[in-house]
Amino acid sequence: MIAFLTRTRHPGRTDMTDWLAWGWAILGTLVVAIPIAWAVISSLKTEAEINSFPPALVPRAAQTITVEGQTKPLSMWIRTMPDGSEQTVALVRRIGLSATVLDPSKPGETFRVPVAELRQLKELHLQWSNYSEPMKQFNFLRYLWNTVFVTVVATVLTLLLNSMAAFALSKYRFAGRNAMFALILSTMMIPLSVIMVPAFMVIVGLNLADNLWGVILSTVSTPTGVFLLRQYMLTIPDDLIEAARVDAASEFRIYWRIVLPLCAPALAVLAIFSVIWRWNDFLWPLIVLSSPDNYTLQIGLSSLQGQFNVQWHYILAMTVVTLLPVTVVFLFLQKYITEGVASSGVK
Amino acid sequence: MRMVEVPMAALQRLLGAARMPYIFILPNMLLFTVFVFVPVGLAIAYAFTGGTNLLIWDRPYVGLENFRALLDCGSYLEPSTCRYNLFWTAVHNTWWYTLLNTFGTLFFALVTALVLNRLTRGRGFFRAVFFYPVLLSPVVVGLIWQWFLAREGLLNGFLTDWFDTRIIFLLEVGWSRAWVVYVSIWFHMGFYMLIILAGLQAIPRDIYEAAEIDGTSQWRQFWCLTLPLLTPNLLVVTVLLLIRSVQVFDEAWVLTNGGGPGTANTFIVQFIYQTAFAQELRLYGLASAASVLMGIALLILTLSQLWLAKKAEV
Repeated sequence: MIAFLTRTRHPGRTDMTDWLAWGWAILGTLVVAIPIAWAVISSLKTEAEINSFPPALVPRAAQTITVEGQTKPLSMWIRTMPDGSEQTVALVRRIGLSATVLDPSKPGETFRVPVAELRQLKELHLQWSNYSEPMKQFNFLRYLWNTVFVTVVATVLTLLLNSMAAFALSKYRFAGRNAMFALILSTMMIPLSVIMVPAFMVIVGLNLADNLWGVILSTVSTPTGVFLLRQYMLTIPDDLIEAARVDAASEFRIYWRIVLPLCAPALAVLAIFSVIWRWNDFLWPLIVLSSPDNYTLQIGLSSLQGQFNVQWHYILAMTVVTLLPVTVVFLFLQKYITEGVASSGVK
Repeated sequence: MRMVEVPMAALQRLLGAARMPYIFILPNMLLFTVFVFVPVGLAIAYAFTGGTNLLIWDRPYVGLENFRALLDCGSYLEPSTCRYNLFWTAVHNTWWYTLLNTFGTLFFALVTALVLNRLTRGRGFFRAVFFYPVLLSPVVVGLIWQWFLAREGLLNGFLTDWFDTRIIFLLEVGWSRAWVVYVSIWFHMGFYMLIILAGLQAIPRDIYEAAEIDGTSQWRQFWCLTLPLLTPNLLVVTVLLLIRSVQVFDEAWVLTNGGGPGTANTFIVQFIYQTAFAQELRLYGLASAASVLMGIALLILTLSQLWLAKKAEV
C-alpha cells in the first residue's frame, strides 16, 4: 500500500503502484464530481422525478396527452400484454392494483388492466421553471443583485486600498513603517470568529447594521492582499520611481501611473481571490444583515432551506446559480488560482 | 482620474512628499483599526461585563463572572454537569471534530499529493478536480450534501434498493458527526493537498536517483527521504488544519440544520453566534468570554505555526 506513495518509477514498465495511483486519482475524481454533478442534473428535474427511485441520469418527465372528453391531460403508459405485444395507453385513474386506461386513438372506450402490465412513458424534460419560479417568487434576483454589488464594490476597494498601503510599505522609508507592517500582518492571526460579537457592535455604532456597506467595509482591508502586493512591488526597481520624480510627477501619479500598471499580475491574483471570498462569505453577512431585502445569495439560500424544506427542486436550482460563477472563474483561471494558493498559502 | 490626482497633488504640496506614505496607508489602517483592533479590545472589555445591553457604557462590570460561569463544571469530561452545558458540549464536539478532521484531512491530502506527484500524465487535470470544492461556498457544500444524505436522497435510494434498509444519516448522532467530518474533508482537502504537493515538488529529484542507484526500495525511499524532507511542511499544514478546525461553523451549520440532531454538531463558534445573536436573551458578555477563551487557544496555535514555519524555511 505504501509503496505506491513513493516517487520513482521504473521507466517503460507499469507496475502495481502505477495502477494504484491511477485508481486513487480516478476514484477521488468520482467522489468529488458525483455529488456536484448529481445536484446540477437534478436541478433540472421535476419535483416528482427528484424523489423517484431508481434515479434517472437524464432529467425526464412523464409524457402526457390531452384526450377529448377528459378534463385533465393524461399520462402515457406502455402496456405489455400477456402475449408480449405492446400497446400505448393513457391512464385515466388508478385504483389499487388495477388501472382504468384508454387507447388514445379511441378516446371513447375505457378498459381496466392490471397495474403490473403498465410501464410509464417518460421523455427528456428540462424543468427550467425550477430556475425561473424562485426568481419570481422569492426575492432571488434581489439576493443576486446584493451579492454582485457586495462582490464588485468590495473587490474594487480591496484592490485600491491594499495596493495603496502596499505602495507605502514597499517604496518609502518612514517612521513607524515596520510597526505598521507588523500590525497589518498580525491581523491575520485574528479570525472573524473570535471578534464577531464586538465587530457587530462597531457596525451598530457606525449605524451600518443591516446595511450592505457594513458587509463591504469590514472586509476590504486584507492582510493577505497587502502582503501579496507588497512582495510584488518590492521587485519593481526604485530607479523607475526616481526617474518619475525627476520629471516632477506627484507621488500619487507615480503610484497610479507607474506602480499600479506594473502590478497587474499581482492585482489579478488578488482580484480573483477577493471575488471568490466575497461571493462565498457567509458568517459575517449572516450577522450584519437582518432584513430579507438585504440578504446576499448565501444567506438567502440558507434561509430558503428553512422556508420550504422539502422543495429540493427550487433549492437545488438556486444552489447551482450560486456555484456557477465561481465554477466559471475556476475553469478559466484554474492555473492562476492553484499557483496563487500553492505559493502564498491563502484560500 | 484627474479628479483624484489633482487633490492628491495639492495634498502633497501642503504636506510635503515625505508625509505622503502616511496618506497612502491611512485608509487601510483606519479600517483595520475600526474593524479589527477596536473589536479585539472590545471583545476583552465585553467579556468582563454583564447584562443584555448592547452599549458598552451601559453594561455593568462583573469581573471574571462570565469566565467563572463558563468554567463552572462538576467534571469537564461530562458537559451535563456544567452550568453552561451547551458550551461544554460545543467544546467536546469541537475537540473531536478537530482531532478527526485534522488527521483525516492530513491523511487524504498527503496520499493524494503523493499520487499526483507521481502521475506523469493528467496531473494538472486531477489537481484541478481535487481543488475545485475548496472554492465552493460553505452553504452550497452544506446544501448539496444535505440533499445527498436526505431521507429520500440518492444514498438512501441505493440503501433501500440493495439492502432494504434506510438510514436517516443526519438525524442519527453517530452518523451525522461522521458525515460532518467527511464533508469537511471533502470540502477542504484540496487546499492542503496543494500545499503538500508544492512541498513535494521542491524536493530535488537527484536525491531519488541516487537512492535508486543504491537499490533502495520504494518503501524505504518514502520513509527515509520523502517523509523527513516533507516533515516541516506537514507540521505547518497540521497546525493550519488545527486552527481552521477549531473555527468550524458554516458548512456544518448548514449541513446539520443548525447543529443538529439536538446538539450533536454544535461547535464553539455556533455557541458564540447563538449566545450573542440568535436567542431572545442576548448574552454578549458570555459570548465575548467564550470568544476570548477561543482566541487564546487560537493564538497559541498560530504562534506555534509561525514558529514552525520559520523553522521550515531554515
